[in-house]
Amino acid sequence: MEIIVCIRRAPTTDARIKPGPDGKTYDPAGVNFDISEYDKFAIEAGIELKEKHGGKATVLSLGPTVSSKELRTAIAMGCDAASLLVSDAQHDAWATACALAAKLKTMPHDLLLFGWNSVDNQAAATGQMVAELLGLPCVSVTVALEVKDGVAHAERLSAHGNRERIAVKLPAVITCQKGLNKPRQPNMKGLMNAKKTVIDESPANAPANGVVTVKLDPPPPRPAGKIVGKGPEAAKALVGLLHNEAKVV
Amino acid sequence: MSKNVLVYVECADLRPTKAGLQALGAGQRLARQLGGEAVALLTGPGLEAEAAKLGAHGANKVQLAAAEVFATYSQDGLARLVTQQAAATQAAAVLASATPMGKDFMARAAAAGKAGLAADCTDIKVEGGKIHAVRPVYAGKALATVEAAGVLWATLRPNVFAVEATAISAPVENVNVSYGPGDLKSVVREIVQGVKGKLDVAEAEIVVSGGRGLKDPAGEGKQNWENLEKLATTLGAAVGASRAVVDAGWRPHGDQVGQTGKTVSPKLYVACGISGAIQHLAGMSGSKVIVAINKDDTAPIFKVADYGIVGMVEDVVPALTAAFAETLKS
Repeated sequence: MEIIVCIRRAPTTDARIKPGPDGKTYDPAGVNFDISEYDKFAIEAGIELKEKHGGKATVLSLGPTVSSKELRTAIAMGCDAASLLVSDAQHDAWATACALAAKLKTMPHDLLLFGWNSVDNQAAATGQMVAELLGLPCVSVTVALEVKDGVAHAERLSAHGNRERIAVKLPAVITCQKGLNKPRQPNMKGLMNAKKTVIDESPANAPANGVVTVKLDPPPPRPAGKIVGKGPEAAKALVGLLHNEAKVV
Repeated sequence: MSKNVLVYVECADLRPTKAGLQALGAGQRLARQLGGEAVALLTGPGLEAEAAKLGAHGANKVQLAAAEVFATYSQDGLARLVTQQAAATQAAAVLASATPMGKDFMARAAAAGKAGLAADCTDIKVEGGKIHAVRPVYAGKALATVEAAGVLWATLRPNVFAVEATAISAPVENVNVSYGPGDLKSVVREIVQGVKGKLDVAEAEIVVSGGRGLKDPAGEGKQNWENLEKLATTLGAAVGASRAVVDAGWRPHGDQVGQTGKTVSPKLYVACGISGAIQHLAGMSGSKVIVAINKDDTAPIFKVADYGIVGMVEDVVPALTAAFAETLKS
């Protein structure tokens, strides 16, 4: 089975995000990067499926050349090969999906795995968009996945804790959510592999963004709060404030 | 520029959902600004009576796709319909709710329309002749204002936009499609029900969340979590959790609030035993009113809270439940 895992390099979730001088992008000073959280579930799923069914797991990313660090982490976890579509621009989900789809057309694929959402842009859209561009079925927000006889059996997390069971014919796109698996840590052999892997780099072929950011603002500051009191004795006063002052109950 | 706004109104149990009506309200207000009409699109059999009522909630026209192919959810089936109707109505904007369903099909529909997606928006309006949408990014650490070159495709966060009360006589038009169930790439085969009647943290008006301070529900924290559930029941609230709690396996991951969980904007958020890591604060600081209960008066959660009580969750949570019960009774 040919598995391709699409990952994104994103600011770590503990990063403080401040709008930069252009007022449209964030100030990268002091920001660290890592594989976007949910993409780690996609990497783990790809490795597990390859181990079970045989084949190859290739990791693919769109981003600046420094994204080779995240691609090497995926190799160290157990992926077999890595490709990078090089671009220094900020792409939205549409432009990203177009660039990925153009590359994916040149790569054999049975299963395309994505994180269900990115921790930075949070459009939760790239997987579905790639599926549309390639004419493939797609299950998003997947928390259980099995592949059998050319069919992916997936469960997606829906509203109210419900799970929707969907079976789709391969090739297919699956976007992965927390709960699907526990991403492994790289082992020594993986780290050695990652060091000597040659990353297939090519320029990204991305169109203009579908949605353009015209302004990036900090969230409105919250007015200073008040400590109502200490211990259970303060409960009545708090409820009184919520009822009479904040009027939320 | 076209001026109409197409709104996919999500339905459940043969009725428009609250989030669906909120999206329609936003669509009507946007259409008024543009000088066009809000067109509500509904799918599925058995919705004729509900479709006819949508003029009361901001629809100028209603389109109903009642074919059997829409009885069961399909990402590509719905995306194809919405793309078709976006073209047919000459929509300047296409809106749906940022729910598990809306987030799923709208990305595919936007791509079919050769467009991007403004996802999970908290505001949408016309500024300088362009439609501008505001969306929290980095889980709310920043707010991005975005625009599209052509049609703006957007999903709207539930509980942010007001439902409209209008007295429009909106005609209902039946929409036909040229495809059937056999043409779909993916169809939901079965729905495994979660806990019956469970409120989703992303959609609830009140959320009470528990953190590590509540301790292990399988051990010494058992009573604390029961107390939290009681508080939630009293308030009609959903129970949320911090990442530490979910990673420890104390609560299901669907309950997690924060940058790697759900971003929530309820009218009241009660954080119990949650210290307030930056990832958690990002996910809930859009709440209207925040209450924090923590034994440590230096906990970062108090920096974003409107009201706080310094104390042990063991004692404060049951006292709060009793006080709320009394207030709600009167």
